[in-house]
Amino acid sequence: MTTTRKLTMAQAIAEAIGQEMERDNKVFVMGEDIGKYGGIFGATGGLLDKFGPERIMDTPISETAFIGTATGAAAAGLRPIAELMFVDFFGVCMDQIYNHLAKNTYMAGGNIKLPVVLTTAIGGGYSDAAQHSQCLYGTFAHMPGLKVVVPSNAYDAKGLMTQAIRDDNPVLFMYHKGIMGLPWMAYFEGSSNEVPQAQYTIPFGVAKVVREGTDLTIVTLSQMVQKSLLAAEELKKQGISAEVLDLRTLVPLDRKAVLKSVAKTGRLLVADEDYLSFGLTGEIAALVAENLDTVALKAPVKRLAVPDVPIPYSRPLEKFVIPQVENIVAASQALMKGRVAEGQPA
Amino acid sequence: MQANKEKLLWMYEKMVEIRNYEETMASVYLEGKLPPNIQQGLAFDIGSGPVPGEMHLAAGQEPVAVGICAHLKQEDTVVGTHRPHHFAIAKGVPLTPMTAEMFGKVTGLGKGKGGHMHLFDPVHKFSCSGLIGASLPPACGAGLAAKKMGKDWVAVAFFGEGAANQGAVHESLNLAALWQLPVIFVCEDNKWAISVPKTSATSIEWVADRASAYGMPGIKVAHNDAVEVYEAVAPAIARARSGKGPSLIEVKTDRYLGHFQGDPEVYRPKDEVANLRKNDPIPKLATQLKSAGQMTDAEEAAIVARARQRVTDAFAFARKSDYPAPQEALQHVFA
Repeated sequence: MTTTRKLTMAQAIAEAIGQEMERDNKVFVMGEDIGKYGGIFGATGGLLDKFGPERIMDTPISETAFIGTATGAAAAGLRPIAELMFVDFFGVCMDQIYNHLAKNTYMAGGNIKLPVVLTTAIGGGYSDAAQHSQCLYGTFAHMPGLKVVVPSNAYDAKGLMTQAIRDDNPVLFMYHKGIMGLPWMAYFEGSSNEVPQAQYTIPFGVAKVVREGTDLTIVTLSQMVQKSLLAAEELKKQGISAEVLDLRTLVPLDRKAVLKSVAKTGRLLVADEDYLSFGLTGEIAALVAENLDTVALKAPVKRLAVPDVPIPYSRPLEKFVIPQVENIVAASQALMKGRVAEGQPA
Repeated sequence: MQANKEKLLWMYEKMVEIRNYEETMASVYLEGKLPPNIQQGLAFDIGSGPVPGEMHLAAGQEPVAVGICAHLKQEDTVVGTHRPHHFAIAKGVPLTPMTAEMFGKVTGLGKGKGGHMHLFDPVHKFSCSGLIGASLPPACGAGLAAKKMGKDWVAVAFFGEGAANQGAVHESLNLAALWQLPVIFVCEDNKWAISVPKTSATSIEWVADRASAYGMPGIKVAHNDAVEVYEAVAPAIARARSGKGPSLIEVKTDRYLGHFQGDPEVYRPKDEVANLRKNDPIPKLATQLKSAGQMTDAEEAAIVARARQRVTDAFAFARKSDYPAPQEALQHVFA
């Protein structure tokens, strides 16, 4: 019987990294402000004191260099974790990520292993504007060669991080700022939960039904899971039973779980904080469309996402473009009436 | 090149205005962000209050902005950093729409879409970015445009010592030197890249020493002093205006506040800022002006009052302006 404590997602991630570093001396961390500061979003809190600056390495603001260094070090047999503060910043070193880290194993015919974990913060909701608020997991899931992990709570984050470090492939581990339990940002309290002290792993590609329901399926991930759970509670008061499916990882994607749930409920809402077009919501909708021979729909598929605009700064504008609890409720109600919601951003 | 009385008084007034602006913003920014009006268990809520989101203030770094901008005209371009207010104010961006932007109001520079790290003023040719090292390439572009159009305009790219190790910085320095662009690259060394000191991030003491590797002059300004900056940068401005190409300048300056408002600064020696403030460049310039007979006590009081009034008016305007309608979020993706 292992001890559990309530942890924030930030604490759970830092614990997973620390325990894996104790177990395997090939694991080390590189990034900006990960040492004394403990990571801008707390993902490496306390690790400098435990492991010292040789294994918790603050870097210059030179992402092309240190992401490339992670790739090279992994090819040479180490297991680097590289933090790049905000996913919005990936552009400055994109070549190292998608032309090298993501492709080298393939181009080498499988003869190279690149066990790199890239950690980064995603998401908006606190007026950080267009260059600090994106999710972009759809972009990275679209590119072959990167596993993409997007947890919604502390328990999952620890198990998925341990799994990520042990995986022999590049893993992009994306944590939403609004569920990290930071002392300086409002967050959804459902994201802090009981986490065992002992190490454990959660396999990739296994979605989780976080709330069972019979009337409609809400497929979602990350902070939107917490919003969807609140919406489901609201819908229950109106006699609507919503099932909430937390994808947990985008690559690999648990397609079976999506189809199973939608087959059961007959209605699909995809709730996403990434951009609408050419992204996650389209992928899930297409998956269902490709399986209409075995999945019977009672209503057209409904997608909620950011309506193809950069994330605006001003609070009323940002609230309008990022799907909120009330938008999930309204879209679900509309699905129950067999039509899409009116007055929602298309 | 010595600064004349008019330039000295301008620099003093702008520094007073910038400092007052940053101090006002620091206090307004805290409104609605502290207990008990926020989620239980939080010490601070970055997303609440009339000015939400990250806030990077430049108190202490005024000399870099005014010493350079004192040489500029409206047609010259300035590209700032994620800590942009001192540059924007020194370049002449009006306080009123700039402040309204930070309040997220429809009367703001970007109609509330940009926020404090994303200030765009095409009239006064100012822009900035939240990405580190991102100021240099667009400054090269402004320089190239001036050159192609046969103008004597210059472009200034400000960047921090932390940004100096970003690829875009090195690429831009080479390109500007290769094409002899009228660009002045200004490294603002405040010693800290968030929590990482320069000594842990840069292999040499002076970024300006890198100038020779790109075939341009490097200028070192060792003190956080507006007059010193003004005099040191003059040859670089003259070079750029006369078609002789770019220069790299480095100024040692001081960051009085945290990286962002709410930064616990656990990484910084406790007495550092108190010591830095002993060399505050603003009272220092006032003393110099008065001892040289270039400013009376009455004139000083008038300057301070004028600067404060402009700041007060800007914040009042921002507060009473309207928010944009939510649907406006869908506008301006394309021109």
